[in-house]
Amino acid sequence: MYRYDEFDATFVRQRVAQFREQVARRLEGGLSEDEFKPLRLMNGLYLQLHAYMLRVAIPYGTLSSRQMHKLADISVKYDKGYGHFTTRQNIQFNWPELKDVPDLLDELADVEMHAIQTSGNCIRNVTADHFAGVAVGEVEDPRPVAELIRQWSSLHPEFTFLPRKFKIAVIGTREDRAVMKSHDIGLRIVRNDGGDTGYEVHVGGGLGRTPMVSRLIRAFLPRPDLLNYLEAIIRVYNLIGRRDNKYKARIKILLHETGKQEVTRLVEKEFDQLKKQNDAVSPAEYERIAAYFQDPAYEDTDFNLDAFDEKRKQHPQFNLWLNSSLSEHRQRGYSIVTVSLKPIGGIPGDASAEQMHGVATCAEKFSLSEIRVSHEQNLVLPFVKKQDLFELWQGLKKLDLATPNVGLASDIIACPGMDYCALATARSIPIAQDISNRFADLERQHDVGELKIKISGCINACGHHHVANIGILGLEKKGVEFYQITMGGEAGENTAIGTVIGRGFSGTEVIDAVETLVDTYVELRQENETFASTYSRLGVTPFKEALYATA
Amino acid sequence: MPLLKDGRIVEDHWQFIGDDDDIPVQGDIVVSFERLKNSIEILVMRKGYLGVRLDNDADAHDLAPYINNLALIALEFPAFTDGRAYSQARLITTQLNFTGELRATGNVLADQGVFMSRCGFDAFEIDEHQPPHLWLSLANAMSLAYQKGYRARAGFSPRAVVASRVG
Amino acid sequence: MQILTANRLVDGDVVFLTGNYDWSIEINDASIARDQTEACRLEDIGTKADKSAHVVGCYLVDVVIVEGRIEATHYREIMRTKGPTVRGDLGKQANVYGSGGLRSGQSPLAAQNHHEVQQEFAHVSL
Repeated sequence: MYRYDEFDATFVRQRVAQFREQVARRLEGGLSEDEFKPLRLMNGLYLQLHAYMLRVAIPYGTLSSRQMHKLADISVKYDKGYGHFTTRQNIQFNWPELKDVPDLLDELADVEMHAIQTSGNCIRNVTADHFAGVAVGEVEDPRPVAELIRQWSSLHPEFTFLPRKFKIAVIGTREDRAVMKSHDIGLRIVRNDGGDTGYEVHVGGGLGRTPMVSRLIRAFLPRPDLLNYLEAIIRVYNLIGRRDNKYKARIKILLHETGKQEVTRLVEKEFDQLKKQNDAVSPAEYERIAAYFQDPAYEDTDFNLDAFDEKRKQHPQFNLWLNSSLSEHRQRGYSIVTVSLKPIGGIPGDASAEQMHGVATCAEKFSLSEIRVSHEQNLVLPFVKKQDLFELWQGLKKLDLATPNVGLASDIIACPGMDYCALATARSIPIAQDISNRFADLERQHDVGELKIKISGCINACGHHHVANIGILGLEKKGVEFYQITMGGEAGENTAIGTVIGRGFSGTEVIDAVETLVDTYVELRQENETFASTYSRLGVTPFKEALYATA
Repeated sequence: MPLLKDGRIVEDHWQFIGDDDDIPVQGDIVVSFERLKNSIEILVMRKGYLGVRLDNDADAHDLAPYINNLALIALEFPAFTDGRAYSQARLITTQLNFTGELRATGNVLADQGVFMSRCGFDAFEIDEHQPPHLWLSLANAMSLAYQKGYRARAGFSPRAVVASRVG
Repeated sequence: MQILTANRLVDGDVVFLTGNYDWSIEINDASIARDQTEACRLEDIGTKADKSAHVVGCYLVDVVIVEGRIEATHYREIMRTKGPTVRGDLGKQANVYGSGGLRSGQSPLAAQNHHEVQQEFAHVSL
């Protein structure tokens, strides 16, 4: 994985020193809150319901064991012994004190991490496929280009006060595991007929109040042109994106109101100018970065299938875990293991310091000291030898991290909701916990099969409810929480926005409602049909009838 | 508003002339873009330098026909969180190749000084509560930047952004 | 009835304006405005306090008095006076109920069950 050179290290240290000075000026009264707020947000620091919250970037979702150990230590030293992994490959600490944040950031810098641009109306932490570098059928590892964009966008002088936040995701496969089409810019690495590597450029995706799927504005952008093209897109957006209404300020609205054709024309025109005036991406710089993401030295493993099958028979729980946690690795003898951060009845995405240390140690033993963070709020061990799977499972089980539910009903995405978030209109976590408890029977979950339940505690949709099989949105009506259900959303290659299926439910009713929807699917499904495919075959009607008929 | 230029407070010899005011015979004046368009013949005949104030929703390319007549362009930050003028400044200095005074007006704060300078501003109408030494110490805080093409204009700070490397 | 609340600048903790024009982390120390004039006075204090380097984001909150104790009426504000409903061991509620959790003798896992916590919120009919 990428390692900071002296330039990167100095840059981050200077940034911390600068923030330390800004915090001091704020505490002494030299900066007003209005002046300080955008500065602290650009360093990832929010003021939430009960305390400050620091959002730390995990660029393109890749962490070393050393970094994970540090996150655990930080959670104990500056927080309350846990962290929360988010839907955008960040980790959030919920209780740091303002006066301690500069020290915390210095400790992050010790392990080449930062919180730069994890908030604010700027280019946010660049995300990528969490299976990058090990996924089957990958054109190219998306992380070198994500790192290039991370560097290019860090404290970009022109793009630090955009109309609204700006999110970029990069993938290198046909399958989309990064919700690429729900980003302001989504890049997919492709190869053209001439064998050159370039990018599909998708613009204008986003969730929130007005969810939209991005539009393809360039089918092939050669690699050397990437940064000039990004600069052109963001400059056009900065100049003519709306600023009169924060709910209409994302680039998706510009695309919608001005039209894809006109926006594309403006971008291409600006790009032509920039090409004349700026350097292209230097191959040497790209190669310097890419060198950090070379394949590791894979070993020929002496995997004994018979012994393995015997273990599966002896340990049904192990078998169940294998069935839900494993993804195909491009290297023979290896597996990609997803570590569930969704224990039954637990808080989605939360990990205690002990669990973080534990995963870091497991990665040291079994995954070349590398960990990934997925937008589905789980962790991934990308380099596990098949022969080590049983031992890994035993290790994870001790940490309460071996729940065999990845991709199933209780693998729920949930934003922090009103339990923590100052913007929330309702709680999300308790709903996730109750659904999880309702489906506590894992055999039943495996029978139900793949199911994406996602919960947001307000219209900003951090919990991705628009792109779920069953999406839940928490709102307030007359001083009481209530929950709307959407169906038909999808987050992958065929991203689709779900639609609200009817009147909302109380926090208790919504759990029954979800179960009714699942039971309806089980009743109506044909052989090998997932929830999503049954829904697309039958539409919303039978589900609606089941939910509302008796009412 | 004190005017910060070349790292120190300088006297502002420019006079803003409203759209309904008479145009003085001499002296350096700044007019609105409307007035510039409508009265360009008169404006170029008079003695004294000419400047323009451009609204932050205007297309900077529209200045192209007049750029050689201008010695000052003032851009506005209605709130420091409204960053349109950064892109305008960039267009004016890199595509219209303007080399005169590019002035930041409005809610102009020291914490954004380096960003402004790197986008092409070289004069700042600053807040009285933020003295020049604060601007300079903040400018010196970051000596590195990733964006190669965005160099701070001369005179802003001796140390700001001495190295850069990406696109 | 209303009280003035904010977050403390230095650590973000939820605080309430007291009768001594001081800020307390305990809601029962709060100065209560019982009419419009009083509420306006609190609001003015808030506007001034927002410019200080002591608290952030002052606003008025509706409260009632239950058995001699001040309680917020909206669920958001109830949570601010207690802590996350899913972590009874954290926030102000942890201090009230002791570090062991929401109620003594309760296991951490049970404390995570929001129904337990919801009983604390019963009077707002969650």
